Amino acid sequence: MTFKLLKQASQKTFLGAIGAAALSVVAMGTVQADPVTVVSWGGSYGKAQDAALFTDASKNSGIEINRESGASMSKVMLQVESGAVTWDLVVSGSGGCAAAAAKGALEKIDFNVVDVSNFLPNTYTDYCIGSDVFATVFAWNTEKYGEPGSAGAPNSWADFWDVKKFPGTRAIRLNNVDGVLEPAVMAMGIPPEKVYEFLSSEGGIEKAIAKIRELKPHISVYWKSGAMQAQLMKDKEVDMITGWNGRFDNAKKDGATVGYTFNQALRDYDGFGIPKGAPNKDMAMKFLAEVSKPQYQANLPFHITYGPTNKVAYEVTTAPKELLEALPSHPNNVSKMLAVDLDWYANYREKALELYMELLSE
Amino acid sequence: MTPRPTSHRDEALNATKLRVAERRQSLLVLALTLPAIIAVFLVIVIPVGWLFSLSFLDSNGELSLVNYEKMIAYKSYLRVFKTTFNVSFLTTFLCIVIGYPLAYFLSQIPRKYVGLFMLTVLLPFWTSLLVRTYAWLVMLQRNGLINNFAIDLGIWDAPVKLAHNLNGTLIGMVHIMLPFLVLPLYAAMRRIDRHALQAAANLGATPVQAFWQIFVPLSLPGVVAGSLIVFVLCLGFYVTPAVLGGGKVILVSMQITAILEDQFNWGAASALGVVLLVSTFAVLLVASRFLKLDSVMFGRR
Repeated sequence: MTFKLLKQASQKTFLGAIGAAALSVVAMGTVQADPVTVVSWGGSYGKAQDAALFTDASKNSGIEINRESGASMSKVMLQVESGAVTWDLVVSGSGGCAAAAAKGALEKIDFNVVDVSNFLPNTYTDYCIGSDVFATVFAWNTEKYGEPGSAGAPNSWADFWDVKKFPGTRAIRLNNVDGVLEPAVMAMGIPPEKVYEFLSSEGGIEKAIAKIRELKPHISVYWKSGAMQAQLMKDKEVDMITGWNGRFDNAKKDGATVGYTFNQALRDYDGFGIPKGAPNKDMAMKFLAEVSKPQYQANLPFHITYGPTNKVAYEVTTAPKELLEALPSHPNNVSKMLAVDLDWYANYREKALELYMELLSE
Repeated sequence: MTPRPTSHRDEALNATKLRVAERRQSLLVLALTLPAIIAVFLVIVIPVGWLFSLSFLDSNGELSLVNYEKMIAYKSYLRVFKTTFNVSFLTTFLCIVIGYPLAYFLSQIPRKYVGLFMLTVLLPFWTSLLVRTYAWLVMLQRNGLINNFAIDLGIWDAPVKLAHNLNGTLIGMVHIMLPFLVLPLYAAMRRIDRHALQAAANLGATPVQAFWQIFVPLSLPGVVAGSLIVFVLCLGFYVTPAVLGGGKVILVSMQITAILEDQFNWGAASALGVVLLVSTFAVLLVASRFLKLDSVMFGRR
């Protein structure tokens, strides 16, 4: 008896569930689309984007989003190649985005939807829309080498290489050549505006690699991620390190004695790309248009010291003057920096990377 | 009553029957193992075959040897393989040095205490690999527990480089690999007949002589089994060397990850995987030449 009742009940609920599922499928098909899957990085970067961009943009535009972490253009390529694309909007560094675009893994941006008319120069391409300007800087333990700007503190890549004047350990990037060679060239005394010319010349890459080889005995760790840069400085594991400026500011907020300079830093941008064949391509494009609006970008500096790519954001932001002056996109800082040349990377990345991997394995 | 003498004819008939029965039985066994064979085929043979075929394709998907040519053209690949084999040999060696006395101790104490001491081997074994690796990082780094303690106690003055290099890699890997050596070794030692040692003593051998001439040779199959497991696991190890090596100890597994994540090059990564697989087989083949692997691995006598 009870068994029979139970069975009936379960049949009913089962049928009910099927019915509900069917209805919801119909509903999704007609009224409302799937949520747009937005993929970013973990750590302080993803949190900053949630707080400044995604939550509010989703609320105001009515576009539902599904947030994931672990963005990587190699995963995008795998998804595209295997025909199983599940991501709609993916965060990437400019270089990774350009490489993915070159392999045909990204959708072309519809500039009728996404308005880039007020963007800073060189912060978007046909396939990638910049979301923030960051800088690859060198940072150091301020207990050891003094506060940035103070007398005797390191101020150039030559100082990063100068282990006599600044004795101690160093850390640079592992397995990825983005932002690795330019510092070596500047440390040789080549002015920033001549760096890519030098690297494009015959034997230029080799000379830069040789300069890094010089520093190798003093490199105690190679970092793999922004989170690791911050951790190494918090633990005082190394004395001087290359890395992304926002990560060091957030490490400092967590109590690390770390400082950096924008002098000779490499200006670069992070952005969004839409994987080819993304399930919600059109909605993703609309959401990308929304998060690129100045009112959201204006909030970003409060959460991480990366500058908006939309110029209007600097006019509408409520951020105090000191915060704006600390951004890598502030005119005072831009003038000290070297803009990363994506064309150079498109032509020479493969060779540079092989030679750098060669050096790492020595 | 004497047994009826069997003629040659009877014997031949009997043999035929036996052979038929044997064949039937082996077919039955084959049928029983079929699901497992299919599973192995689906999960191992097909993916490895796919990997193999990928490694012969260039970036345009055309048949070529470019991935293998690159491995010859750039010295980094050879060096990475050398490092991998070096680290694996060293780890295995250290595991034997540390694991042999431990397994010996475990095999000599009364069985009722074995469980307690075995916990010291098994407890870390059951803990997450990642947790253990990061725990080592916390202990070994420049301002880690060990350096701070040693400096406070005056054992050494300046921080010693324990992590982010070969030292750290070996410490972490040996710790993680130790159970894989100790467990088979302990089992082999438990199987050794104690009477053999007593007989040796009876014949005038000192305890040291009995240990070296009787116990050690009898425990060798356990050593070989354990060290082969450790060695092969080391060849493909990723997490611990990646975290504790600080980018200075680059193993094949790390090179594969780098190529996938930063170069998006599936062909080159597959080629590395294929070469690693082939060289692992080569090592096993050479080992089987010198050591009786059959008896060690499959219990054949």
